[in-house]
This record gives sequence, structure tokens and C-alpha cells, in this order.
Amino acid sequence: MPTHAFILNGEQVTVEAEDNLRLLWVLRDILGVTGPKYGCALDVCKACTCHINGLAFNPCSVRVKDIKPTDEITTIEGLPATVGADLHPMQQAWLDYDVAQCGYCQPGQIMAAVAKVKRAHAEGREITDADLDELRNICRCGTYSRIRQAVKAAAQKMTSPT
Amino acid sequence: MAKQLDRRRLLGYLVAAPTLAVAVDWTAALACPQATRAAVPSLPQPEEIFDLGDMQDLAAAPTSGLITVVVNGDGTASLAVPRAEVGQGMTTAIAMMVAEELDLPLGKVTITLADARPELLMNQLTGGSNSMRSMYIPVRAAAAVARQRLVEVAAATWDTDPALLTTRHGVITAPEGQTATYGELAAPAAARTTLTVTAQLKPQSAFTILGTPQGRIDARDIVTGRKQFTMDLQVPGAKPTMVARPPTINGTVVSVNNVAAVLAMPGVTDVAALAHGVAIRAEAFGQCIDAIQVIDVTWGPGTVDGQSDDTVEAQLKAALPDLTTPLSLLAGSVDAEFFFAFASNSPLEPDCAIADVRPGSAEIWSSLKAPIVAQGAIAAALGLPVSAVTVHVTEGGGSFGRHLFHDAALEAAEASQKMGKPVKLSWSRTDNFRQGRAHPMCVSRVRASYALGNVLTYEQRHTSVQTEFGHGLGDMVTATASKLPVAGGLALSQTIFELTQSSPYNFGVTVQALNEIPLRFSTGSMRNIYSPNVACAQELIVDQLAKKMGQDPVMFRRNFLKDQRLLAVLNKAAAAGAWGKAMPPGTAQGIAVHSEYRGAIAVLVDIDCTAATVTRPISDGVAGPRVTRALVVVDAGFTINPRGLEAQMIGGVQDGIALALTSSLHISAGIPLEGSWDNYFYTREWNTPLDISVIVMPSASDSPSGAGELGVAPAFAAVACAYARATGTLPTRFPINHAALGFTPLPLEPSTPQSPTDGLGNAF
Ligand code: FES
Ligand code: FES
Repeated sequence: MPTHAFILNGEQVTVEAEDNLRLLWVLRDILGVTGPKYGCALDVCKACTCHINGLAFNPCSVRVKDIKPTDEITTIEGLPATVGADLHPMQQAWLDYDVAQCGYCQPGQIMAAVAKVKRAHAEGREITDADLDELRNICRCGTYSRIRQAVKAAAQKMTSPT
Repeated sequence: MAKQLDRRRLLGYLVAAPTLAVAVDWTAALACPQATRAAVPSLPQPEEIFDLGDMQDLAAAPTSGLITVVVNGDGTASLAVPRAEVGQGMTTAIAMMVAEELDLPLGKVTITLADARPELLMNQLTGGSNSMRSMYIPVRAAAAVARQRLVEVAAATWDTDPALLTTRHGVITAPEGQTATYGELAAPAAARTTLTVTAQLKPQSAFTILGTPQGRIDARDIVTGRKQFTMDLQVPGAKPTMVARPPTINGTVVSVNNVAAVLAMPGVTDVAALAHGVAIRAEAFGQCIDAIQVIDVTWGPGTVDGQSDDTVEAQLKAALPDLTTPLSLLAGSVDAEFFFAFASNSPLEPDCAIADVRPGSAEIWSSLKAPIVAQGAIAAALGLPVSAVTVHVTEGGGSFGRHLFHDAALEAAEASQKMGKPVKLSWSRTDNFRQGRAHPMCVSRVRASYALGNVLTYEQRHTSVQTEFGHGLGDMVTATASKLPVAGGLALSQTIFELTQSSPYNFGVTVQALNEIPLRFSTGSMRNIYSPNVACAQELIVDQLAKKMGQDPVMFRRNFLKDQRLLAVLNKAAAAGAWGKAMPPGTAQGIAVHSEYRGAIAVLVDIDCTAATVTRPISDGVAGPRVTRALVVVDAGFTINPRGLEAQMIGGVQDGIALALTSSLHISAGIPLEGSWDNYFYTREWNTPLDISVIVMPSASDSPSGAGELGVAPAFAAVACAYARATGTLPTRFPINHAALGFTPLPLEPSTPQSPTDGLGNAF
């Protein structure tokens, strides 16, 4: 069976898996990393959202063979370490606004929101409602309004002077 | 009544255990009118339909009917609650009850979900928004007894009067300054034999946790990815399993034509034909999906082959009773007929269950709102006694009615038995829409007549494809009754309709009645059973009556509402929501009221139906009119957790928007065409109001009302009313975009499509 290497939440990992196996199942079923959720495996619901080299992506729709040894994959479990804290400001904002209901979508929501804010900041601007309208993550519990409040609040923390 | 309850000394038992354990017979507590006025009908007489022998044995067990609060050696308290947590915040509210009566910080209370306990009879059903009402007194009583016991043990140790001791944050303090933690006293306070004790509940005026806004107790686990749903559990040997499914609802397996080829695929360990599909077990779910692409099955017919939206609607209309209200020459009237499409009750988490079936026993893990029914059905299917089937209730990623049923658990049990191995069986997203439960299509015909400033009659004939109540009231007795031809489905559903639907208006002679047609779709309730559709039709007619009688919609409702609490929420919403403000063309406000589960609620929305908004470019989704603002004013009785109630209202608004504008199933040749969230248009970020506010009314009541479902009906109705006012046309078919199919359907076979491979191209 082919071997695949990449960096997962800061650690080098090597797994044996068929080339075509989607990364989501490598993470969940082989490595036991269950923060990224299965909601569709169609690149639609976004419940599985993780980061690759800092960009949001959906591992349900990427073959493991397309991941390079130098690629840094971050799941919700590894998000706090990217800011060297117990919680990323986005996670803290989720607590402050008590965003979650069932919670199934929320790891993906948080990962997508972090990428969205980083992109706005990279473009030298604040996150807008138009940006938030572009988020495709489903929340079937309907937490969208609290998500928007939390993302805006976290965005402030993410720019705060260091 | 509730006041008397609070004053009453409640009975509890100190149970022999290593640390302090207090049990309360909460089935007895349910016998008080406060709890039994839940929206449930009187039961069919069990003796007539069910052999009670097994159940009586269970009911005689020493733990029968008890829920138990345990104080642990680390100073925490824990309780396994016979309810499901599916996002509604039940565990947080129960933890608040324990923390309040024990004087313990909320963070030191652990709530878990109890396994199926058949001796609880109908008391292990999470539905009808009844959890808060039925648990409020017994959980508090158990915690109050525990606190009292800890105080008595401390007083005995210090040789002082218990009345002089105080408790705070899990510490007992004497006037002389001695202190002891609950953790230190947990073992000494444990009973050697069962003792009967009484304790008094705190008066509401002394509450410091109940009634205050609290975040969810599992919030941190959620945001760090640690919260475990069924698919996240690691049960030894329970390998990923998915099911190849037929191209029509409830289709059957005639033959599997390439078993050897499928077994030869990477990772695949087993293939087994089930009642409604072929299960494939593999090392990873992706390999199950691969195998579904390859498997070749000859399918037998389903239960509704040949049925499509048009044929179902035609049958509903043929079954619609004529309106009986005579039209008088002197009276004006409003007549309308409303159509509501099928809608999926799928949560975000696809149906999932783990099953480990051995010879002579079985163990099941799944999110189940009626676990006793699941346990009975699984035992029957496996040919095992109920006592040999352990059913663990897991945290659910939403429910909306789906987890009242146990379809995935039963299927996992069947697969595990046939394979002789444990399975972790997940439905695919496409399965969830196409073969999962749906809220049935229905038609409401309404006629109201008026004269001289009065509404004389209101008649609403609601006709629906039958809603399955196979879960009964959560116990095997009524679950069985709902399947019987005599005492069964139709009678139970009509009883539930009568008990849950009532007009809040003084409209003279009022008739609201249900009629069902027995098509065998897989149906179920969806965050309420009838109210969203019935209330939407009713409130649209109310606006029509107001218009014909020359009155403003709010003024008209003020004139005709019967209930003071509804009047109060209406007035508050109109004032806080600036009812009647000037709005640009193509935009309007809509308002609706609703009363159910002894809660009263008003929703006011602003909608934007301008061309610019409706035609804004949205890829793979519906732009459509946008609700730009929503205001909810709710009186839910005593509010245990205002923050949680607000969350339920926000979710209800999003559901109402989806039902009014975007989300439905299109049935074609015996199956829904929808197969993904880009087909089934639940509210998305681009549809959500930018501003949703919730006002929780102060309540004179000291008992909580159910609220999980309360917000959906008035939100749906308010959006429909706003749409009518913004566009000048009365919408009669819901959701309003149902006529246009806004997507290209995924193929029916393979039943679960292959995953894309271009995900990296969409990274941002
Ligand atoms: S599971 Fe990956 S997008 Fe839905
Ligand atoms: S919190 Fe339940 S799906 Fe988002």
C-alpha cells in the first residue's frame, strides 16, 4: 500500500493508504482525528473544513496522493497551537457568543471563519457582511447570526497590536 | 399549582453507593398536572394491545422510575438524564438545575445521556418540547436532597445545628468558620442502605443560576473538536459501513450481482444485503463510497414508486373535505387553499449508529429520542430478548424530528448481525435526503366569514400525507398502538392534531381538523408536527381578513386575540420592531403570533423582495427575497436559561425562513430529487437576516414552558405575511421557490455519488 507523508497539526506523519482515499478519511478513519466532521463528502456542507498551509479547504474532496510531504494540514485540534494559546481568538469568540447548538458544524465554521478573516486582513481591510455572505458552511441549527457576531469580534482580536 | 409544588417537601431516596447518591422517582413527579399537560394524548389502554408481563417485571426493579444525582469524591456532581441532547441545550439546563439546588458551580456538574431504560415507560421520549417541563421538579428535588444530606453530615461531624450551616460553591461553612468541601463529604454522606428523605426546593427568589444566561456546558468541547458524536466513537472492531440504496423510497434488494468484485476492492471486508439496501463494510468510509460506485444490485419496488409531487398533490386535493361553512349573503368571506411541499428533517450529522451484535446479545450506540422504542424494535428484529439489547444514547448533531426514529440503529443492528462483526454505519448525505424521513406534503383549505366588524366563522381543513408516529410516546405500548389498524396511526395523529392546534383568535364558530391520506412515504415530524403549516395558513388569512375589514394587521390582532400573554408579546413586538414604519417599495414588514406548549410568541420580520436582492448572483444556491431583520418576543414561562432560549428562537427563525422561501423536497418517480445541501436549500449565510433580536418577556410563572419548537411556526408565518405585503400577492404555495427546480439532480445510481477530487482548487 502506498505511503503518504505530510505535516499534521505541527507534527510529521506518515500513513499507509490507497492513493485515491480522500484526506478526510485518512484523518478520521486512519489517524483518529475526528474534529473535522463528515457532512456530505461532496465539498458542499463544509463541515470538514481544515487548513492547508493556512488556507481553508475541504479534505473530503482531496485525494491523499495530492498532499505533499511539506504540506501543513491543520485541523480544529491544531488551531490553538497556530497562535500559541489554549484557544484561538475565533474559538474564544465562539464561547463568548455561545454560538454552538448541536456543534456538529462548528469545527468547520471556525476553520472557515479564520481563513476568511485572514484573507480580508491580508487585503488590508476588515471583514464585511458581504464576506460573511460568501461562507458556504451549513448550520442546520441556524446559528448564523451568532456566527456573524463572533467572527466580527474575533476579527478585532486577530488584528490587535502584537 | 407550581407554587404549592415548590413549598411541598419532595421525596427522595438516599441510595447505597460508594459516594452520596440521591434518587427521585420522577415518574411520580410527572403525575402532577404541571407535567402531564404536555402535548400528549391520553393513552390507549395498554392492556388491550400489549402483553405487559415483561414490562411489569422491569417496572418492579429497584431502580424503576428513578433518576439519580451522584456527588463524587472530586466534589463534582453527575446525573445520567433519560433524554437526548441534539443541540437544544437540554444538558446545560439540567446542569443548571443541579447546580442551583446543590449550590455548586455549573462547571462542576456533569450530565450524561442515560441508556434506554424500558422501565421508564413513556418517560424516555425527547419530543413535544417536554424535557424542561418534566425534569424541572424531580432533578431539582434530587439535588436538594443531596445538599441537605451533605449539610446534615457536616453538622453531625461538627456537632452543630444543620440550620446554622451555609453552602456555597460546593463548600459548607459553619458559623465558627469550619469548612468542608462536598468532595470530602461525598463518601461519609453515602448511605449504607436505602433511606427515604424529604427536602425543600429553593424558592425562585433565591435562584442564582436558574433564570440567568449561561453558555452551553459542552461549548468548549465543541469549539476544540473534542465533542464526540456517534461517528467519532471508537468501538473496537466497528469499522466504517455504508449502504448502497435503491432508486425509489423503501425499495428492496432482489439480488447483488457482483459480490466477489466488491469484496476484492481495497479495504472492503464484508457485503450484506439488508431490507432496503446492501451494506458494505470497509477500513475507511471513502472505501465504502468507492464500493457503492461499483456494486451491481437488482432492485425490487419501493412503497411509493410512481408517486411524484403532482400525483401526491392530486390525491390530497381529492381527499380534501368540502368546507362546510355556509356563505351568507350578508357576510363577507375569505377563502384560500395553501400547499406545502415535502420537507426534509435531516440534521447536519447524517444518520449514524454503531452496532455490535453477538450471539445472544447486542450493543447499540446512536442518537435516539425514543431509545426504548428503538431497543424493542431492534430486539424484535434480532430475535433477542429486550434485556439482551443495550442501547446507548449518543450526542446528536441536530435532530429536528429525525431522531424520534431509529432507522440507522435498526439498520446497523441488521448489518452487524448478518456480517457477524461490529459496524459503524453511516448514511450518506444523499441517503439522508432521499431515503430519510420527511415532513409530509399537506394542503390547508381555509374559509373565514365576517360581518359588522366581527369574524363569524373560521374553518380550516388540513389534509396531509400521513405523518408516522411509530415512536408513539417513546414507549413500546403506544409505539405499538400507533401501528395497529384500529387504535393506530390515524387516530393517534388526529388526537395529537386536536391537542396541539387551536386558534388563538375570537373568530366565532371555529373548526380546525386534520385528514390524512395513507401514502407510504417515510415521514415524521419536523421541529413540530402541524403547527408551522397550520399557523402559516391561519396568519395569512388573518392578514386577509384585516385587509378586507379595513384594519391594520396589528390592530386587527389586538382586537381578536383571546389570550393576554399573546396580546402582550404582540404589543411588545409591534413597539420594539417599529411596526408600521415607512418602507421602500418591494420591502415590507410581516408579523405573526403563535401559542403552543404553553408559550406565547410574536415574530416580526422585515423582508426585501426587490429585484436587486432576488436576482443577486449566488452560485449553487437560492438568492430570493431576503429577510433583513427579525425580532422575536417570547414568553416561555419561567426561563431556565435565557441564553439558550434565545438560541432556540434564532434557530426557529432560520427554519421558518427556509420553510417560507427556499427549502423543500421535489418528489419524482418515487424518490426526492434532492441529494445535497446545494439542492435542499436550508437557510444559508446569504439568506440569514443580518439582525435577529430576541426579547424574553418577564414571566409571572414559576414553571418553564417548552420552547425548542415554538419559534418555527410564527417565523414561517411572519415571513409569508411580509412577502404578501411586499409583493402585493398572497402566496399560496410553499416554499415560494418550490415551482422552479434550482439544481441539476444527482444521479439515482450510484445512490451515493463519488466525492470530488478538486478540493484544493477551492482553497481560500
Ligand atoms: S463533508 Fe466535506 S464539505 Fe461536506
Ligand atoms: S450547531 Fe448544529 S449544525 Fe451548526
